[in-house]
Amino acid sequence: MSELHFPWIECSILVPLLGAVWLQLRSNNERALRDTVVICVATLLLTIGELVDFTMVGTFEAHDHWQFLSWIFPPDVFVIDELSAFQLPLAALIFMVIVLSTLRTKAPRFSLELALISESLVLATFSCRASWILIALLVASTIPPFLELRRRQRCTRIYCLHMGLFAALLVVGYGWLTLVDSGTTAILIPGALLTAAGLLRSGIFPLHLWMTDLFEKATFGTAILHTTPLVGAYAVMRLVLPIAPSWALQSIAVLSLFTAVYAGAMALVQSDARRMFCFLLLSQSSLILVGLELVTPTGLTGALSLWLSVAMSLTGFGITLRCIEARISRFSLDEFHGLYAQMPMLAGFFLLTGLASIGFPATIGFVGMELLIEGAVEVYPLVGTMVVIATAFCGIAVLLAYFRVFTGRENRTLVSMRARPAERFAILLLTLLLLGGGLYPQPGIASRYHAAKELTRLRHDTPPDDVPAHAASRGHSSPAANIPE
Amino acid sequence: MNTLDIFFHVLGTAVVASPVLLLAVMGLTLLFNRPLSETATVRLTQTSVLLSLIPAIAILITMLATGIRNVPIEFGNWVTIPEQAFHFHLKFTFDRLSIPFLMLSCVLCGVVGEFTRRYLHREQGFARFFLFYAIFYCGMVLSSLAGTIETLFVGWEMVGLSSALLIAYFHERENPVRNGQRVWTIYRLSDAALLIAAITMHHMVGEGDFGGLMNSGIWPEGTAAVTSSQALLVGTLLLIGAAGKSALFPFSGWLPRAMEGPTPSSAIFYGALSVHLGAYLLLRLSPLLEASLALQMMVLSLGSISAIGGALMSRVQTDVKTSLAYASLTQVGIIVVEIGLGLRYLALIHIMGHATLRTMQLLRAPTLLRDYNDLENKIGSRLQQQSWSGVGWLPKPIQRWCYRFGFDRGFMDIALDRWIAGQFVGCFLACNRMEERITRFLSREPEPNVDSDESGFDDSTPQDISTAA
Repeated sequence: MSELHFPWIECSILVPLLGAVWLQLRSNNERALRDTVVICVATLLLTIGELVDFTMVGTFEAHDHWQFLSWIFPPDVFVIDELSAFQLPLAALIFMVIVLSTLRTKAPRFSLELALISESLVLATFSCRASWILIALLVASTIPPFLELRRRQRCTRIYCLHMGLFAALLVVGYGWLTLVDSGTTAILIPGALLTAAGLLRSGIFPLHLWMTDLFEKATFGTAILHTTPLVGAYAVMRLVLPIAPSWALQSIAVLSLFTAVYAGAMALVQSDARRMFCFLLLSQSSLILVGLELVTPTGLTGALSLWLSVAMSLTGFGITLRCIEARISRFSLDEFHGLYAQMPMLAGFFLLTGLASIGFPATIGFVGMELLIEGAVEVYPLVGTMVVIATAFCGIAVLLAYFRVFTGRENRTLVSMRARPAERFAILLLTLLLLGGGLYPQPGIASRYHAAKELTRLRHDTPPDDVPAHAASRGHSSPAANIPE
Repeated sequence: MNTLDIFFHVLGTAVVASPVLLLAVMGLTLLFNRPLSETATVRLTQTSVLLSLIPAIAILITMLATGIRNVPIEFGNWVTIPEQAFHFHLKFTFDRLSIPFLMLSCVLCGVVGEFTRRYLHREQGFARFFLFYAIFYCGMVLSSLAGTIETLFVGWEMVGLSSALLIAYFHERENPVRNGQRVWTIYRLSDAALLIAAITMHHMVGEGDFGGLMNSGIWPEGTAAVTSSQALLVGTLLLIGAAGKSALFPFSGWLPRAMEGPTPSSAIFYGALSVHLGAYLLLRLSPLLEASLALQMMVLSLGSISAIGGALMSRVQTDVKTSLAYASLTQVGIIVVEIGLGLRYLALIHIMGHATLRTMQLLRAPTLLRDYNDLENKIGSRLQQQSWSGVGWLPKPIQRWCYRFGFDRGFMDIALDRWIAGQFVGCFLACNRMEERITRFLSREPEPNVDSDESGFDDSTPQDISTAA
């Protein structure tokens, strides 16, 4: 396996973890937010360095230079490949903008230590291939939101029920998988258990109640951090995609598609802004799963491209809602708030991120959405068109929310509600990424297509006619390459 | 590439680049919170319009002089995955259809831009108006010149977004905003049909190029490269997209609502350009209509119903802008009938004449009473009001029904609200209530207190406020 020129992966995992310890030791609330911002920026820079280094190495996967954690973990546990290369900086970016847009007055309520621990876990998860360590990380990443719910003295029953089931399905499914021969039909049952776990974590209907409950009871920041990196989709990619037969995945795609339409429609009738956001995210993340489950290069490319765009745009959308909540408390979408005059920049950003999330032309998600629709229609000519309907519902919900929050009446107050410099920076950064990726999409699409092609090639059961001619000529890797020892 | 090709390419690039640059400048200045002055905004807009119009005229003159009837300007693939035969081809076409429509767009946008300079002088939303205007103008140029259905879709979406936002321009009031939302809803749903048509077309002919679909024939002579049933499928989807954009039956209800926006935007969108975009799409793909008799009949029926409905509705409206909106609908309906009958040049001339006249009427609408006064002062007597007796020969009950039909705007909004939107919202509200009930049951939490305090915040307990973090 190729080697990076620096231990980027381990450093990016350790920096937020050590940062959390540092915050705990200092216990200085005055400077905690500033320190967290510095830690998040450092982590983002490390992940960007990782991406640049990986691109320069020019291989499908690579591991760290020194691996100074090899005394804890087996070698090559943390690797970067074409799938995770973009997810790592993306996850670090999400954490950074959430922390950056946290108001100082709200910092004591939003646990910065738990956010940093979550960041470390998410980065470790995205750096990890199918193994027991990945299972442990996936389970561990469910703990920080639980701790926060407990600290806030909110009911954790729904969360525990779902996440407990998620953990059980993962452990049983993966344990079973290691016991069966990967070439036989016996793989179907553990595969189904792992798929159920992935779908549960992604909030696929009817297992989505934990998401709405989390948005209701946790802080908005924590809820965004726990859902927008789309860890569930990653679990499906790593654990299910390499082993599940195409017919099974494509059948599950119908369920994901139904969730996308259902959640899009539900987003339209919500009166609570957070629930609307939750359903919007659910709809878009289900569309990503649809693309992943199609297991065609076009569908996969669309899903991987959309993954980047949805995570970025909905994080932006979420932080705008969070900024507004921080100023006027939780608000209803049943009435007009008329905040445009108070916060024109946030209004513009809200609209831009909302439109980017539905793949509006000239934003980063446009081509990804086109590819996804193309892939869906290729596999299911009629049902595939439902992707378009789901997107249409989400588009209507976005503008509805924009009108309800920013227009409809005059809201004049002497207190300034304009975006702070840190919020402005986060907004501008995301705006440039959303528009830049939309106006010059070829490099991103080419990279995602290459990743999709490699992932398709690595599937052990892929019949030759599913794979592009030149990929098929290179032959398929053995099943053992995908199933852990 | 010979000199003439280079000449066409440079001019074609200027036509397309000019509105894109205008949008970029307007967007970036607002993004970085450095709004331009009113004078700079207007000058920039006028320059941009001229930089599109003059090269377009130059291309037209050259085409007439050389006898070339079709000038494709290709910018290559914006995105491509060669192995999957996926490409997003940036191709613009200058032909007998696109050049007149482009020039019409430029002239009317220029006129309306100049009109707006005074009309919205010192208005708070001046910069916002011109940003939306730039999105619209860019969308119109892209749609007019699109050589592939993907490019058309990009322009189409930009026109739709700017329309909805401009209807809600006076956003401190609820009504314009609600109407903007309604228009956006109809646009999104009809645009979904257009997108599905684009994907279906890709699957049928392997590309989204209009030339490929029309056997590379030059407009209007091309013949459809698909079978009759394929033409019916794609054509029906395109017809839904066109009906949404041009407010044809049964989507006509949004047209009077769109008049909530400022007069310049009403004039340019719903009197002149946007409302004709659906008809333009049908014209562009008119060879497709000839491939299927059933499709042709659908087009004729849709146009006739819209025209008759528009005529009835426009006669009983009480305000001038709404009356003009329905008069526009009547003409657009007739244009669609002309397209259905295969009278393509007539339809194109009709679009240009109607758009120009309607823009003038809508721009004069705010001063209509003053105009009447001036006219009467000059004549020296009152103007004769002639009552319309077109339905005088009908029995009274039918006359009354016609009046009610027109007054209630064809019952279209009522029907859509009751039978589609109402059912949809009711169904999903029930789902929402069910989900909340299950969540409460699992959490064993009490029913939420729905009383809200006077501050307008639903949840104001310390715990709930703290979740805002």
